[in-house]
Amino acid sequence: MVASKHLFKQKYILGWICIVIAILPLAIHNINFHHVMILLVMYAALGQAWNIITGFTGQTSFGHAAFFGIGAYTSSVLFWRYMLSPWVGMLLGAVIATTVAFLVSYPCFKLKGHYFAIATLAIGEIIQQLFVSWEYVEGATGISLPVMGEGFLQLQFHRSKLPYFYIVYFLFILVLVTAYLVEHSKMGYYLKAIRESHEVSEAIGINPTEYKVYAMLISAFLTSIFGSFYASYILYIDPFMVFSLPLSMRIVLLTVLGGLGTLYGPIIGAAVLIPLSEYTRIFFGGTGKGIDLIIFGFLVVAVACYQPKGIVGLFQKLFFEPSTAGGGKNG
Amino acid sequence: MGEAMLVLEHLTMKFGNVVANENVSFQVNEGEILSLIGPNGAGKTTLFNCITGFYAPFSGKVSFRGQNITGMRPNKICKLGLARTFQIVKTLKEMTVRENILTGAFLHTRHMKEASKIAEEIMVLTHLQHKAHQLGANLTIADKKRVEIARALATKPQLLMLDEAMAGLNQTEIKDAMELCLKLKKSGITLVIVEHIMEAIMPISDRVVVLNAGKKIAEGTPDEVVNHDQVIKAYLGERYHAKSKKN
Repeated sequence: MVASKHLFKQKYILGWICIVIAILPLAIHNINFHHVMILLVMYAALGQAWNIITGFTGQTSFGHAAFFGIGAYTSSVLFWRYMLSPWVGMLLGAVIATTVAFLVSYPCFKLKGHYFAIATLAIGEIIQQLFVSWEYVEGATGISLPVMGEGFLQLQFHRSKLPYFYIVYFLFILVLVTAYLVEHSKMGYYLKAIRESHEVSEAIGINPTEYKVYAMLISAFLTSIFGSFYASYILYIDPFMVFSLPLSMRIVLLTVLGGLGTLYGPIIGAAVLIPLSEYTRIFFGGTGKGIDLIIFGFLVVAVACYQPKGIVGLFQKLFFEPSTAGGGKNG
Repeated sequence: MGEAMLVLEHLTMKFGNVVANENVSFQVNEGEILSLIGPNGAGKTTLFNCITGFYAPFSGKVSFRGQNITGMRPNKICKLGLARTFQIVKTLKEMTVRENILTGAFLHTRHMKEASKIAEEIMVLTHLQHKAHQLGANLTIADKKRVEIARALATKPQLLMLDEAMAGLNQTEIKDAMELCLKLKKSGITLVIVEHIMEAIMPISDRVVVLNAGKKIAEGTPDEVVNHDQVIKAYLGERYHAKSKKN
């Protein structure tokens, strides 16, 4: 069957990409490079998680920083106040983020299209404001995580960034596998049907709200995990960092640039944006911050105008053109 | 004929002050092909939407196999075994023909193997197996209509409602569609067909219901209906009706 061959192909390519990502930090010993790789893998995973609700299901969320921040704050507060391992915080944070996602998304899914996107935007901002004025979590001052001895349990490593890399890499694989399984299951087909047509999905027995909520819960759970990781990696968080709109937008933009609704998209997008962003910062210092977004903005405009399917679509056009432009292989 | 499968009792649907369906009652028996005809704007599609749950009727009752389904959500109605297609085809564009059908097949199973098997069977039945890997967006209108039917069939319905599945097709394609309808009837599926093309549906229908201006004006076998006074009036206008009477 052509379909199973194609499936095999996708698995194969993804496998190679993952292996290359795993080996790169070992091959290149440079602390800056390791830092870039850590962020790259983290953003690829965040894009992957966001892709489940927006790429597969077609519900544009501009508020994913909320889940990221909840993850970051839960593990940080528990570690800083109660000396609980960030791993416990990570799990608890994910549970809290999922709960918040459920409470928030159920009413929001009554809204369609742009209105849903606006609602998620607003919710992200509301949650940020709550944390800014919440004294228990130090409000706008933010939390500095206490520096401890090195160890897996307290998720702190001071001599090398490699352990951080492999932890985030493992989490990334977890997200990738989840997204892969979702895409190739009943749920994946249902989500795509909802994205394509709300009415058709109802006509073939799908409850769109139910499946949209499932997608949102999975997406929020996975996003939150990386918030906790990020807090342990940077050792300092404040609401303007982890709940920021630019963070949400970065997840959106890199996935759109790479290719919305595909498993490669977030990886490719992160591989373009994160090095661009980090190296411009390294070269130009603090004032260089805007340059990456200027370049990236141009790229996104170019993608939107010429290849709405992103870089993945460009590859498809270059290498598989005959099969996508009608006609099919046997037909 | 078998037992009543779908029963409509005094169904009325209003949009503001516009009455789209007024006091419509009829029933569909198990194993038959019932056609719903009428001039443009007669309220056929509205009635269709009321039955399948896309609209909640203003008053009246719809029951399917003895169960009251008035105002029930479309996805629940589909689960009970009543599937539909859309007049304006809604092929899932970014998905292949196979994926379109597969999505429907997941209704009664969560296993990929079982759903794939159902999808393969349906593709053979509807002669779509050679187009399995084409994207929905790239199909011709005839194939899109076919996929529309196939996707509905994949949900394993007992009653299938087709909303103008033949509009816009050429002669050969219409013939294929007629054959498909008869094939489905043979396999035990009850069909309700909304259609404009008389030469296509009159030969295959067991019974015909005629709507005009939201009201049911006639019901019976195709022969009875075409000779019905009111039906001729509705289709050809009063003047022509009077003229033909004189001759």
